[in-house]
Amino acid sequence: MAVTGLILIAFLLMHMFGNLKMFIGADSFNHYAEWLKGQTADGGILYPILPAGWFIWIFRVVLLAAVVLHIYSAVTLWSRALAANPTTYEAKRKLAQTYSARTMRWGGIILAGVLIFHLLQFTVHATLIAGAFEDNPYKMVLGEFSIWWMVLVYAIWMVAVCMHIRHGFWSAFATLGANTSAKARAILNGCAWAVALILYIGFMIMPVSVLFGWIGA
Amino acid sequence: MNVTLRVWRQANAHSEGRMVTYQVQDVSPDMSFLEMLDLLNEDLTVKGEEPVAFDHDCREGICGMCGVVINGTAHGRGSSPVPTTTCQLHMRSFEDGAVIDVEPWRAGPFPVIKDLVVDRSAFDRIIQAGGYVSVSTGSAPDAHANAVGKQKADRAFDAATCIGCGACVAACPNSSAMLFTAAKITHLAMLPQGQPERHLRVKKMLSQHDAEGFGGCTNIGECAEVCPKQIPFDTISQLNRDLIASLFKRDGK
Ligand code: HEM
Ligand code: SF4
Ligand code: FES
Repeated sequence: MAVTGLILIAFLLMHMFGNLKMFIGADSFNHYAEWLKGQTADGGILYPILPAGWFIWIFRVVLLAAVVLHIYSAVTLWSRALAANPTTYEAKRKLAQTYSARTMRWGGIILAGVLIFHLLQFTVHATLIAGAFEDNPYKMVLGEFSIWWMVLVYAIWMVAVCMHIRHGFWSAFATLGANTSAKARAILNGCAWAVALILYIGFMIMPVSVLFGWIGA
Repeated sequence: MNVTLRVWRQANAHSEGRMVTYQVQDVSPDMSFLEMLDLLNEDLTVKGEEPVAFDHDCREGICGMCGVVINGTAHGRGSSPVPTTTCQLHMRSFEDGAVIDVEPWRAGPFPVIKDLVVDRSAFDRIIQAGGYVSVSTGSAPDAHANAVGKQKADRAFDAATCIGCGACVAACPNSSAMLFTAAKITHLAMLPQGQPERHLRVKKMLSQHDAEGFGGCTNIGECAEVCPKQIPFDTISQLNRDLIASLFKRDGK
């Protein structure tokens, strides 16, 4: 759970950083997208260590494995908790838990649901609302995020994602043994907030800028 | 003061339980919560009704017998200004005329025996699985024969104060007993006597913990909040560090 979660967070940071290339311009963003897929003249990322175009598939397999193992661990934890809780309290008051911690499971399901839509949209190109721009990722992104409700959907989705990370980041480190004192706990939780906020702002600033015409107008 | 109690009544492990409402009159604010229950039971006995069964022993916060969930928090932590056991919670923590819900610990591995009494022998079996040291005892050693650093000694002592009350399980949304298990692991892991079985112990105790049907820890933190002995939350990370280390030791030793 902890290891796969941290892999996914690392991916998100990289993904966010890549998306910001939208601000530099069409050439930069398109080159980056092609570079990841090994379609650029220089053979793309990690060429010639790997044959051109292999990186993206290895990367996808690793990500998919991380997602599958992450969900498998979550289902195991959830079913163990249900089995250990056959009866519920008539009155129950929470003293310590955060909203993020409490919504890891249902929140995770919502997050995964929108992730499928997101992949169908930008990777498979099956649910592109503004029409397909097959070989121009830059225009494709511009098209999708000129739709106001699309930006809203992503804004809500990213709230779910970043809340998940708010608890997940700290929890992963605690599981790996890094919660060594009350101070360490405060620091880890502070870092979790920072990562979640950076990801939210970093991901949303681009779609919002597209919507208001600050990019590509 | 007068209070209204809504108490969980359940005749035995196999019958259905339900909340029953009782009025308790002339409660002194200086009474402990258990003394208030005694008052109720005397009243019930006079009326010829079955008294409410609840566990207790020392009544001074050191034995760990007395836990119940009060107004939705274990040991009534939500009503008390300080970490407490149920026996050390006083009626001055409640308003006159208060309505107070009293329920047993609820977790699959802690089945209700009667009313507010649950069977916590699952904890004993976790201890039996590895909460011991196999050094030869005999005559008492010299006080300085095994020097223990101040920091480690303090951590061991802090963890050793766990009284096995089960509040951590009762409060945990996953019904995990990780704080209890981690307290025992940390206590022994800090001391020289605990080293021989250190890594085998964490595997044995955790597998017993899981076999008893307790849930897994997701670092939510309700446990440490209600713990009457303030067992530090970071003992769970100590357990995790020992567990990770044990994966790289032959035979887990
Ligand atoms: C507002 C936030 C996001 C935006 C704007 C965004 C944008 C994109 C775009 C444009 C692509 C396709 C790139 C291409 O085909 O050239 C993509 C792919 C992807 N995104 Fe996102 N994304 C966001 C958030 C996320 C999040 C939160 C996750 C994971 C939880 C995620 C996971 C993925 C995955 C797995 C891929 C596919 C990588 C592959 O092709 O193998 N994205 N994203
Ligand atoms: S860790 Fe605290 S709450 Fe849990 S059994 Fe020990 S004393 Fe009770
Ligand atoms: S009766 Fe012993 S701790 Fe409460």
